[in-house]
Amino acid sequence: MTNHLNKVMPLKQAIEQYVKNSSHISIGGFTLNRNPMAAVYEIIRQDIKDLHLYAHSNGTGLDELIGAGCISKLEIAYAGNGKAAPTCIRFARAVQNNEILVEDYSNYMMSLRFMAGSMGLPFLPTLSGFGTDILTKWGFSKSIRKSDPKIVDEKLAVMDNPFGDWAGASKVLLVPAINPDITIIHVQKADAMGTCSIQGLTFADIEQVKASKNVIVTCEELVDKEELRQNPDLNQIPFIHVSAVCHAPLGAYPSAVFGHYDYDSQYLRKFAIAAKNPDEFKKYQDKYIYGVKNHESFLKIVGQERIDAIKADPRTGYSVNMKRD
Amino acid sequence: MKNHQPYTPREIMTIMAAREIKNGDIVFSGTGISMLAAMAAKNINAPDSVIFFETGAIDSLLEELPFAVADPRIMYWAAANSKLTDAFATMQNPITGKKVIAILGAAQIDMYGNLNTTCIGDYSSPDIRFSGSGGGCDVASFVPRCVAFMQHEKRKFVKKLDYLTSPGQLKGNNTRQAAGLRPGGVSVVVTNLGLMRFDKDSGKMYLDKFYPDITPEKILENTGFPMDVSRATLAVPPTETELKILREHCDPQRLILG
Repeated sequence: MTNHLNKVMPLKQAIEQYVKNSSHISIGGFTLNRNPMAAVYEIIRQDIKDLHLYAHSNGTGLDELIGAGCISKLEIAYAGNGKAAPTCIRFARAVQNNEILVEDYSNYMMSLRFMAGSMGLPFLPTLSGFGTDILTKWGFSKSIRKSDPKIVDEKLAVMDNPFGDWAGASKVLLVPAINPDITIIHVQKADAMGTCSIQGLTFADIEQVKASKNVIVTCEELVDKEELRQNPDLNQIPFIHVSAVCHAPLGAYPSAVFGHYDYDSQYLRKFAIAAKNPDEFKKYQDKYIYGVKNHESFLKIVGQERIDAIKADPRTGYSVNMKRD
Repeated sequence: MKNHQPYTPREIMTIMAAREIKNGDIVFSGTGISMLAAMAAKNINAPDSVIFFETGAIDSLLEELPFAVADPRIMYWAAANSKLTDAFATMQNPITGKKVIAILGAAQIDMYGNLNTTCIGDYSSPDIRFSGSGGGCDVASFVPRCVAFMQHEKRKFVKKLDYLTSPGQLKGNNTRQAAGLRPGGVSVVVTNLGLMRFDKDSGKMYLDKFYPDITPEKILENTGFPMDVSRATLAVPPTETELKILREHCDPQRLILG
């Protein structure tokens, strides 16, 4: 039996192999849910720089990557991390200090851009955004766009409906496709070939994966192929899209994984407080990111008490009556 | 501001917004006070309204208040857990979109109900950067009725937005439809002082209701643009029943009511 469809590898190796300086990257999840944090922290430890990040609404992962100076360009709809940081703190600072370039879209526009990429289309139309500054104000200038073949020449475009007023629309707004070099998502279950089963909301993870040249999947549970094949209706991502599979229990911590654990509001608050002060932030990074070898040792520092506190109740999928800051 | 009323500004705002929700509406909700207004409506005046999130969860049980639209609390006992493209399609689709009422917040609003959630100062080098559109621009583009929650201050009710994130009536007088948008956008603004709506023809904001102890003059003092107050009447304050349900059923821990 060949094992060419066994894509399991250590996370360190997957990041080394697929995430390079200046890669165009997208990460899955939404604000404080299912961010691929084990991978995010590994990218930071490997000191990968000049990344071009695509996201719709991201928080936990995005702000760590920006805080560590890994991102130079960002295309995004929303940078927030729940109650702890309604606007991501390192994100806001980096934009205000002109340390990163940001191109703003809406959530639907970003989701459609991934979808267009996943379908092999140059763009998709929507009726969102006419008359707004999202359409007219550009974060990436024409010359930046022209000089980089991986960035589309126009941010957005408006076209007359070629079918007249069909479906009651005189115009459509076109959003350009995204095809990232690498997408990283964290899921509840995957098998060695890379088939994935996500529980709860999928956000835009499926479109992000299918649009991407390479895909790293980190998973709570690495399960037998037979287990996933018994209920194919519950699998959203077939293995053909996936390049690497890494077993990473608690791999989204401190963000949440439905059915497994909640977000750690205490940790997110601690991060938010540290993020406001350069010295405190450096101390935070030294302790929790640079001072550990991998996600497992990071979780040891976090401690069993926090991990027990966020453990999901099997009935609801979250930690019932958890003290939330 | 001294408050001699048997309710807090947050409580009257929540009840005023809840009253905008009709039975059978699909309520697009964010977190915080907008979520609470949606829950209050469901418990008081619109038991058959459905709460819906841009992340794709619809009619979630909400045994606990979620703190984010990606909170696992919205995934439990939902009618369906889907995804962003589905959620926004539901609003862009005129059949289901027509039934949607949305609740939004913003850093700035102008007299045409356009919203800024992106930045203060020049976009290319902002003084203050906010989270950005999220689904706000999409919702304001698609949804026929939107409630905007605002603190009523001059620096928030501005002549010109620093950045137009989410479209209202654009420049009034049908410019919204001319730009390519369907009718919709912010239709009512609920603040700590009163309730504003928009003139059907000019698209301009006017004062509809002022709260007990608040005068139209005070509202004008806190508004950064001229506003018609000639149609304004005194708001019916929250009833004892409304307050009791809000306090005892919707937010007993006062996580949002404070």
